Amino acid sequence: MQRFEAGAVIDGFELAEKLPAGGMASLWRATNPRYDFPLVLKIPFLDPGGDVSVILGFEAEELILKRLSGPHVPRFAAAGSLSRVPYLAMEFVAGTGLADVVGDAPLPVDEVARIGTEIATALAALHRQKVVHLDLKPENVILAERGAVLLDFGLARHAELPDLLGAESSVPMGTAAYISPEQVLGERSDPASDLFALGCILYQLATGEEPFGRPATLAGMKRRLYHAPRSPRDIDEAIPRWLEAVILRCMEVDRSRRYVEAAHLLSDLRNPDQVVVARRKPQDKGVWAAIAKLFRKTDERSLVGKPTLSRKQAGPSIVLAAVDLANGSDALAGEVLNETARVLASREDSWLACVTVLRTEIIGETRAADESGRPVYLKRLVALKDWAHPLHLPEDRISYHVLEAVSPADAILDYAEHNDVGHIVVGARASSAIRRHLGSVSTKVVAQALCSVSVVRLKVVEEQARPL
Amino acid sequence: MRIAILSDIHANREAFDAALEAAQKRDPDEVVLLGDLVGYGPDPVYVIEKAVDLVARGALCIMGNHDEAVARNLGNMTENARFAAQWTRERLASTHLDFLARLPLSLQSENRLYVHASADRPAKWSYIRDVDAAERCLASTDARFIFCGHTHVPAIYYALPGRRPMHFQPLDNVAAPLSALGRHLVIAGAVGQPRDGNPAACFVLVDTQRHEVTMVRVPYDHEETARKIQAAGLPGWLGMRLKIGR
Repeated sequence: MQRFEAGAVIDGFELAEKLPAGGMASLWRATNPRYDFPLVLKIPFLDPGGDVSVILGFEAEELILKRLSGPHVPRFAAAGSLSRVPYLAMEFVAGTGLADVVGDAPLPVDEVARIGTEIATALAALHRQKVVHLDLKPENVILAERGAVLLDFGLARHAELPDLLGAESSVPMGTAAYISPEQVLGERSDPASDLFALGCILYQLATGEEPFGRPATLAGMKRRLYHAPRSPRDIDEAIPRWLEAVILRCMEVDRSRRYVEAAHLLSDLRNPDQVVVARRKPQDKGVWAAIAKLFRKTDERSLVGKPTLSRKQAGPSIVLAAVDLANGSDALAGEVLNETARVLASREDSWLACVTVLRTEIIGETRAADESGRPVYLKRLVALKDWAHPLHLPEDRISYHVLEAVSPADAILDYAEHNDVGHIVVGARASSAIRRHLGSVSTKVVAQALCSVSVVRLKVVEEQARPL
Repeated sequence: MRIAILSDIHANREAFDAALEAAQKRDPDEVVLLGDLVGYGPDPVYVIEKAVDLVARGALCIMGNHDEAVARNLGNMTENARFAAQWTRERLASTHLDFLARLPLSLQSENRLYVHASADRPAKWSYIRDVDAAERCLASTDARFIFCGHTHVPAIYYALPGRRPMHFQPLDNVAAPLSALGRHLVIAGAVGQPRDGNPAACFVLVDTQRHEVTMVRVPYDHEETARKIQAAGLPGWLGMRLKIGR
């Protein structure tokens, strides 16, 4: 095996300083004038006759890293050929390792939510690029200035690439403390697996304890299919119910009950007051229940539920309906509601954010308007809930937002971008001289939205049609 | 280096023209016709003459089982195929038959082996439809890349060290990676009679610099081919299956 030392040059990369690393590869800070960002070289330990999965993981990481972009992954620089010196050269990301932060857990609630938000944002970006990380753990997350950056794609899976690593392997691949139940059963394709791991991380940050310990055997890892960890509030009653609900929803064994998308988790972390805190059913206890459970032969696959992918392809996860209720619920508001119902119908677990905008004259007027304005705000919120009522959505599929803003279009766009909305439904009033002069809300939303937009307009009756 | 591989053209002029045009737009360094120029389709003369022309300009061309059946007047096929082979033979001049008869069963170019059905006893025309058959094919040669056709269903088998070959169903028009570690068996989809449920013609594009292989799909006027099949008095199912890609 080749040994490397500082000063050695590989394909133009000069090794500078060895960094602490795990057992699969060595990490080196490196320099190369061809790249305008700081570099790190990952050099796998490849012994002749060694475990072939190390090489496969190395190759899989190269394939995936090459295809990823954006602020939440290190930039790919180059890869060395396996036949000469194998290495992966990528951006060195400066920041705080989450592994260091975990040492200080339990952390204050705000801090847990902030870190959760950053990682969920990074996961949303990763999943949008058709990649599942499958080994999310504190050691693989850097909290950088630009947000959370995910490292180590050695176990990751790209939906459009062959799974070189997973073929015919029913041995679970991942890290015992964070691995999802479906991964324990050998499944390697569901983005929801990363949300499970994130749930474990948040659990640890909030309570200071690892939810499942670090089992060393397959049977030990399988325990998580059958036994829920202690609830966070059992450990520390100061943890708010909403945060406990969010963490446990990430950690649902059955994927039909887990968050399907990082965007949805993100939204809950940002809007704690809208998290539905379900009364949890007491576990079946007692001798008879335990005996009955012993004899009930369960199919492990049925416990983890169906993969979430088919649901994700059906339609947008989060729909934003922007409705103008300044003059009460009118015909256009009714049509916006109808269109919203059609968009929601494409996907059974889609989630609706109802937005209406209270127009203010100047920026920062909010506080002054509080005394007299509060009733206005409340009145609008009541109107918004009344508008959405005919949809009969359960409360965990809908949220209400009365935004105060000078520009309704900006408020809608801002909300949509921050909450990873997949589809916006907005009404457009018939054209008028004033509207043409000022520009309409829907026009601006259509022009600037980062997702699909449905513009709803009332069908013009003939007499009202514009004159020739 | 870019290589365009066109397999199972089956005398389908419209599909051949469309696929070849799309292939040539990508400026390939090597063009390979992977067997079964004729059989099933209504335009054997056109396809053979175009193949002769391509070969004269450096393309590689190998023999498929339908080419053999037509050239040697064999009857060892299903009823539709036998009927079509006979029909084809009646329309070909001796120079055409001679061209088919002289095609090699396989060709090697650098580390790439081209063979119509399987590298494991090519003249047996066995089908590679599962990992066992893929394993036999891979075991019979030491070529890094083997390209076959014959099944009309695109597939890639990755032969990684110490493991059984891994099957991967490549996505249409999405490049699949070639592993630096392994050997590969690539089953090309059909140009002239796709059977994977997508009626668009399929050809293979290999990029050796990028280490990628792509099943390129090219829609063509299969209604026209079906009409010609009907007009020629060939079995109606041969036209019908072009519309559904089965």
